[in-house]
Amino acid sequence: MEGKNSSAAYLALAVLAGVLLVLNLGIGSVNIPLREVLSVLAGKDGGVSRDIILDIRFPRALAAAVLGGALALSGYLLQTFFHNPVAGPFILGISSGAKLLVASVLVISMKQMLQPGSAVMVGAAFIGAMASMGVVLLMSQMVESMSMLVISGVMVGYICSAVTDFLVAFAEDADIVNLHNWSKGSFSGIGWGDVAMMAVVVMAASLCVLLLSKQIAAYQLGEAYARSLGMDVMGFRLLLVLLSSVLSACVTAFAGPVSFVGIAVPHLMKRLLGTSRPFLVIPACFLGGAAFCLFCDLLARTLLAPAELGISTVTAVFGAPVVILILVRQKRGRIR
Amino acid sequence: MNAAKEDFYFYTEGLAVGYHKTPLIKGIALSLKRGEILTLIGPNGAGKTTILRSIIRQLEPLGGAVFLDGKELGRWAVGELAARMSVVLTERVREEQMTCREVVETGRYPYTGRFGKLSKTDRLAVREAMELVHVEELAGESFGRISDGQRQRVMLARALCQEPDLIVLDEPTSYLDIRHKLEFLSLLQKLARQRRLSVVLSMHELDLAERVSDKVACIRGDRVDRFGSPEEVFTPGYINRLYQISAGSYREQAATAELPPAKGRPQVFVLSGAGSGIPIYRRLQRQGIPFATGILWENDQDYPVAQALASEVVGEKAFCRIRRESVGRAKELMDGCREIICTLDPGMANDFYPELAELAEYGRQLQSRLGLSFLAR
Repeated sequence: MEGKNSSAAYLALAVLAGVLLVLNLGIGSVNIPLREVLSVLAGKDGGVSRDIILDIRFPRALAAAVLGGALALSGYLLQTFFHNPVAGPFILGISSGAKLLVASVLVISMKQMLQPGSAVMVGAAFIGAMASMGVVLLMSQMVESMSMLVISGVMVGYICSAVTDFLVAFAEDADIVNLHNWSKGSFSGIGWGDVAMMAVVVMAASLCVLLLSKQIAAYQLGEAYARSLGMDVMGFRLLLVLLSSVLSACVTAFAGPVSFVGIAVPHLMKRLLGTSRPFLVIPACFLGGAAFCLFCDLLARTLLAPAELGISTVTAVFGAPVVILILVRQKRGRIR
Repeated sequence: MNAAKEDFYFYTEGLAVGYHKTPLIKGIALSLKRGEILTLIGPNGAGKTTILRSIIRQLEPLGGAVFLDGKELGRWAVGELAARMSVVLTERVREEQMTCREVVETGRYPYTGRFGKLSKTDRLAVREAMELVHVEELAGESFGRISDGQRQRVMLARALCQEPDLIVLDEPTSYLDIRHKLEFLSLLQKLARQRRLSVVLSMHELDLAERVSDKVACIRGDRVDRFGSPEEVFTPGYINRLYQISAGSYREQAATAELPPAKGRPQVFVLSGAGSGIPIYRRLQRQGIPFATGILWENDQDYPVAQALASEVVGEKAFCRIRRESVGRAKELMDGCREIICTLDPGMANDFYPELAELAEYGRQLQSRLGLSFLAR
């Protein structure tokens, strides 16, 4: 019964993601009819719409899907790690740490007239993510409650963002626009090379996460129980930190910080599946994150066209209420 | 303890436990056979949890060793250990989205493969464990929504489906009401008896600890003060010393805790016996009235409570004749009281002890002569 439920949920999510992907290809400053989109994808049609779809919209949509999945998984891992349902890479300041380092690398290389490759960017983001993760971990030793941890994370985020803004102000005029967009979070300007790079990193990391599903299930009951089941808790925690940092670093390197996806999606997926069994939740998180980001990017591109909204602006509108919902439910649960 | 080490499924040798390399309790020597229940008792903060945590390898021993199934704890591979020992801890499980079945299923961790997929055997073990502790009807319920008693049983089912030979529980009965305490403990007893499961637990309920345990260890801050059968441990006056009770007292003979007695010269004499005095004693204690009572044989139900609450107890050795001097002392005490309460029925023809009948009559006369109140049954 459970299996049937989750298959239906997967199917629904996959269809949703597929439809949103096609919509993303068709809708924009130039609207392309569905028939044309499909024939371009089949490799038949040529012309302007071919260029628009294959060079601009398709890589962007794929990036939104892959990075959305990565964000959701990263959030899921952090929630597991901290036993805290509102933990996520953005709210804990990990995205901002990554952003700070990427911005530094960008600004420095611009001064040197260099164009850093995407691998360098991902590497920088990873180091930044790990650094702020270290700070958050340190704080988690000192504060007891989950709300205090979140507030500390938000503060770290603010500090990193402030320093980033400071750096961006130093950049050359012409580059500011680009950097400014990126530091606000955006899927624009992503090419096929970037997509290939992120796909490799995110897929590898996601596979590792899936391989950890047994451990995650045992860890859900808390560290002491996990250890009593014969689990190597230290190693597992280290893996969680590494994987969630890789995933959120990858997102930040290509799209800047994107808010709330990491919290909202895992929560919604658990509700949808009616289970927290990691082996089922992990793939659902990926699909759900992909669909969520495709949807939000579609809105970000089209609502104020030709201007673009920051992706975080849109994700926050849909994600933040979910966080509030979680907090209210938690509170009620505690009183009961 | 004449048994050889091989007889024990679990034992410790000179174990020292503590945090941050500072031993808190040293020289711990506990031992337990298959199918036996060991209970750790002792004041709060005495180190019960510290010992338990060292036994389950969550805390490194600071000296000595723990042996399980003939092998030192540290020598077991973690997976092999997990198949022999499981735990029920005090920490609250915060995962709200899990169903009870999913919680129980985590106990199969040592037996499942890479992805933790449950085989038919695993599912059977889960179902059996849940049936054993009567939580099968909760299988689909959310773990966050069930009551404390149910949650504790689900955690026990989780520990059981891990198929351990030893199960360690940290204060499993603390949040349960009396019905669920008894249910939970009788369940442990059944498991110990039928499945030869060894059980180590900590507990605050001394009366229940005495009833359920084969062995009791008394933890007292820096040492294991006593370790043995409940008869060896619960000797009169010991619990008062172990817990350093200053307000009131614990009576091992009756397994009851009593509040401090009213101080001063006795104002009421209670002529009682066979349990009839206990409610009177407790009422007088509540009202803060000092009283004397007698004549009680030491094996009378009233005796331990009287000892805890009365200013003076006129007593006799069990099954012995009542001595004249006791009768005299009782009369003396009656003379000094403003009220005499008699819960005995001295009207039982000739079968009644003449000395007690005499005292009842003395009380009645005293009452009519001095206008004292005399309350007879």
